[in-house]
Amino acid sequence: MARELMYRDALREAIDEEMERDSSVFIIGEGIAERGGSYKVTEGLLDKYGPKRVRDTPIAEAGMIGVGVGAAIAGARPIVEILYVDFAMLGMDMLVNQAAKFRLMTGGDGRVPFVMRTQGGTGGGVAAQHSQSLEALFYHIPGLQVVMPSVPADAKGLLKYALRQQDPVMFLEHKHLYMTKGMVPDGEHIIEFGKGDIKRPGKDVTIIAWSNMIPRALEAAAKLAEEGIDAEVLDPRTLVPLDKAMILTSVAKTNRVVIAQEAVRRGGVASDIASIIQAEAFYDLDAPIEIVAGLNIPVPFNLELEKASVPQVDDIVVAARRTLHAKPFALAAE
Amino acid sequence: MSAQSSNANAPSRELLEKLFRTAYKIRVFETEGIKLYRQGLIRGYFHPYLGQEGIATGVCAALKDGDYIASTHRGHGHCIAWGASINKMVAELLQKDTGYCRGYGGSMHIADIKAGNLGANGIVGAGTPLGVGAALASQVKGSDAVTVTFTTDGASNNGTFMESLNLAAIWNLAFVLVVENNQYAVSTKIEESTREVDLYKRGLAIGVESYQVDGNDSLAVYNMTKDAVEKCRRGEGPILIEAKTYRHMGHHVNDPGKYMPADRLAYYKERDPVDRARAALTEMSGIDQSEIDAIENEIRQEFEAAVEFSKASGEVTIAEFREFAAAY
Ligand SMILES: Cc1ncc(C[n+]2csc(CCOP(=O)(O)OP(=O)(O)O)c2C)c(N)n1
Repeated sequence: MARELMYRDALREAIDEEMERDSSVFIIGEGIAERGGSYKVTEGLLDKYGPKRVRDTPIAEAGMIGVGVGAAIAGARPIVEILYVDFAMLGMDMLVNQAAKFRLMTGGDGRVPFVMRTQGGTGGGVAAQHSQSLEALFYHIPGLQVVMPSVPADAKGLLKYALRQQDPVMFLEHKHLYMTKGMVPDGEHIIEFGKGDIKRPGKDVTIIAWSNMIPRALEAAAKLAEEGIDAEVLDPRTLVPLDKAMILTSVAKTNRVVIAQEAVRRGGVASDIASIIQAEAFYDLDAPIEIVAGLNIPVPFNLELEKASVPQVDDIVVAARRTLHAKPFALAAE
Repeated sequence: MSAQSSNANAPSRELLEKLFRTAYKIRVFETEGIKLYRQGLIRGYFHPYLGQEGIATGVCAALKDGDYIASTHRGHGHCIAWGASINKMVAELLQKDTGYCRGYGGSMHIADIKAGNLGANGIVGAGTPLGVGAALASQVKGSDAVTVTFTTDGASNNGTFMESLNLAAIWNLAFVLVVENNQYAVSTKIEESTREVDLYKRGLAIGVESYQVDGNDSLAVYNMTKDAVEKCRRGEGPILIEAKTYRHMGHHVNDPGKYMPADRLAYYKERDPVDRARAALTEMSGIDQSEIDAIENEIRQEFEAAVEFSKASGEVTIAEFREFAAAY
């Protein structure tokens, strides 16, 4: 059985159930207690768990992330909510030099069961400092796991799993997804990291996407279907660890790949996935791998320019078509 | 430093009129801007400066050409007090090519580098090191420019506050840190984010001359800033000024601010900085009501004209944007 839930409610359920199950889980963030957070994920938790476990913080991201990491080292299970991923940049030392390194530097004894929840992506003209997709920064750092759920069920299952992990998790939500709805299984629902999901099976071309690019990839697939092109849409769900097996199996079947990310193209995760595919499945490919990504530029305030700065449905459609005509052809849409 | 002026240096009509004009202009910009926002003409974030007009007004009146300011995410007031073009500000909010940042920046990022306005900032606390950096550049270049950073109670808990103010202190920079203590960070009351709510004391802790002023009294803010700026020009900076104030509404246009106690809000509204600037002008300069009306009309018309100008302006084209991106 399953119920329809909003992404934000699914996240809340995950936190609620894990707080109930494990008294060492607590959450800190700006305006998350009485106000329930800017995106209403933590609404009601203060009433249920009290101010010891649901705490507001001052605007002090480096400190918040750092004390979260310290609390994790000392055996609690902190969730640190950072309002926008852009603000996590203030805490990068704690993430990169402390959280990610601790386990190795202690010879494997020290564990950091730390979850940073935050959100990124474009939406509604909130401009350059509130619209970034920064997963590649975390992806690059050994020791950080990177989770990017696209649908409510995944949001819940992955967050519950995150809260049982021994190592730091960057849990990256998307501002455009909070109000989206989807079916979430009843009862205990946990999704292991490193297990991707086939959001739409198909045989002609593999579209790999995550987070808010999943709804766009699915829309693109529907358009492609009208042209008789059967696209398979893969959602790795966790970028670290990455479900390579799912990707390689799909490539062996379709022989064509489009990778769509909202983040800027340069130094992005899509490029790394492409490099993995070419190294491990080169002979399965019938066409060059297509990457559809954000322009290498900060996100502008102007809504039309904002849209132009990140991939839209048609960009994915065009790229998929291109893989089916092994020789790229001039495209009307460009 | 006292806000009271003796007769010898009684404020001139010119100064009083300037303070009132600025405060009123900010008031009109914000109240009318909110309407445009509600009509869907302005998108993204819009953090009104309503209730805090006295601070930007008083501070900027004490600065001169060649000085620098750096602002907060609530930056319209600073921009206006710095003498910005209302046309270009409205155009920016409406995403137009004629805006200060050609529609790339928006409300939280309006800047005018040529005029010494380092800009509003979407990152709470980021303006302080940037301002200290501008003061450092002035020192290196041997200029007598003073930099003011407007910052906030919320930002005072961020590491950037102490780190950069301390640098300004050990290097004696010509830097004034104006802490606008409006007592809230979104809905979090200041008492919940610090044990010591008198924020000027943070400056004292690291050897920075620090004061507190009534932020709703633009004349008091002006006088205090003027002294601070003079000291800075003499090489006796930096100086911290905490200006106490209160927002007249929620954190941004879509926040009704229900968490703000009605009696407290009423207390501050009774001390409305725009009304006080008007009253000071009336009482101390002998100006008559018709002149006040004329000033208000003129400012309203300036805003209306800016809306017309902005509506008629075009946006950056996608093609041009792609060229920009290719070269970025
Ligand atoms: C580094 C950072 N953290 C969080 C935010 C989100 N945020 C924007 S404004 C704000 C509250 C700011 O309060 P305060 O600094 O006191 O300024 P005020 O809004 O009262 O003018 C918060 C938390 C941000 N923009 N930057």
